[in-house]
Amino acid sequence: MNVILDNFAYYRDGFFTTLEFCAYALIGSLLLGTIIAAFRVSPVPPLRWVGTSYVNVFRNCPLTVVLFFCAFGLPEIGVNGKYFWFGVAGLVLYTAAFVCEAVRAGINSVPAGQAEAARAVGLTFTQSLSNVILPQALRTVVPPLGSVIIAMVKNSAIAGAFGVGGDLFSVSDTLTSSRGEAILPVLIGVVIGYLVITIPGGLLLNLLERKVAIAR
Amino acid sequence: MSTTSVLYDVPGPRAKRRVLVLSVIAGLAVLAALALVGMRLNDQDQFAPEKWAPLFDPTDEQFPLVWERIGTALGATLTAAALAMVFSLVIGTLLAVTRVTAARWYRWAVVGLIEFLRGVPVVIAIFFAARVLPTLGADMDPLWYLVIGLTLYNSVVIAEIVRAGINSLPRGQKEAADSLGLTRGQVLRLVLLPQAFRAMLPALISQLVVVLKDTSLGFIISYEELVRVAGQIKEVLSNPIQTYLLIAIIFIVVNYALSRLAVYTERRLSQGKKTARNDDGEAAMLTATAVGGAGTGAGAAGGGG
Repeated sequence: MNVILDNFAYYRDGFFTTLEFCAYALIGSLLLGTIIAAFRVSPVPPLRWVGTSYVNVFRNCPLTVVLFFCAFGLPEIGVNGKYFWFGVAGLVLYTAAFVCEAVRAGINSVPAGQAEAARAVGLTFTQSLSNVILPQALRTVVPPLGSVIIAMVKNSAIAGAFGVGGDLFSVSDTLTSSRGEAILPVLIGVVIGYLVITIPGGLLLNLLERKVAIAR
Repeated sequence: MSTTSVLYDVPGPRAKRRVLVLSVIAGLAVLAALALVGMRLNDQDQFAPEKWAPLFDPTDEQFPLVWERIGTALGATLTAAALAMVFSLVIGTLLAVTRVTAARWYRWAVVGLIEFLRGVPVVIAIFFAARVLPTLGADMDPLWYLVIGLTLYNSVVIAEIVRAGINSLPRGQKEAADSLGLTRGQVLRLVLLPQAFRAMLPALISQLVVVLKDTSLGFIISYEELVRVAGQIKEVLSNPIQTYLLIAIIFIVVNYALSRLAVYTERRLSQGKKTARNDDGEAAMLTATAVGGAGTGAGAAGGGG
């Protein structure tokens, strides 16, 4: 266990790099996912087609292949940058498909009678959307969206395996190959780092789920 | 579409015109974006035939060689996914049963193990299997490291799916079985588990998609599956975009088929439930066909994996 204490600085830096990486990926995938979800429920057919194809492609394609595409494909079409940002881009593209499905499922779960009742009492489209439909949709979205976010944190390790410099996963490489530490204690430290994010995240999610739960 | 009725009215003539205009604009925007990417690719000479022919043109001399590698790799991917799924199902069911039947004094240990493994990234589980097991004297083929890593993670996910399935059953099922004098093991084996599996079949098929995608992590531990072989092919042909495009297509086709199967199974199962509520002989027969359909669904999934 001394390995973890002796190299605490490595773990701390790795932990914060992972957090930073996930924060960017989270913002990006929430934005992109919501836009794609809006496409999928929009009345404009070409937008719906774009949304549906996007989800079918990125939900069925392994994250590794998406990351390879970002790493090799983006430079080919003239986008250059640090590997960190290719990693973020890959994770955003992949996670957005799952965010989209969670949001869309939430909107679909609102019974049609709610919208009909809102229109019957004379609310306009914006009013019925913001006062009746979205508040109910968002509550149903919370649990699946939370699971998507926790899965995203775990998936960030895959981007780490690709060599996003200095994140929690690459700490294991640094410590074992260049400093010659034994693999088992090093990996235990890395796992603790991820559990510190995922287990409280799961508990928070349960709490939130109970708080926003609505009887239907 | 059911979504349209929730968010907006059925469009009238003016709204229809607006939708048409927006459709044209959106369509043009999509085409413009595609054209832009296409032009960029063309500028970089990505449409050169020597980058595509070995992968897509059967008359190319490298084509048989490349596809032989890809075929073997696809087999390796499917083997790993099938093995991992089978082991995860067995271990996951055992875990779920243990969690449901455990006495209080050791239930926390089972729950703790499940929560722990659920929080660990699957790539670390695989890495762990490949790096730690050899130091403990277990020298195996990379296939087994991959299968062990995938099983570590997916068995707890499946345990939770099966537990949700058991909990979703009406209480009367267990009570009736108890009152018939079945032992606890018999109640689970004969009454609860078969129904739980039936209810959870769509979720289990969806999990198979996750397992199949995660086998691509085998490239990290040098298992010769699709993504690793793609890496070797692109080294020789120096066409990363085209090679990964092909690999992506293969994954998407297989996984899309599995996803459709999950949706189909779900629909068949919910149909079965609906007819079961009407108490006549015909409905019972329909339910029986739904069960049969679910059975073949599982068979197809097994064959696919």
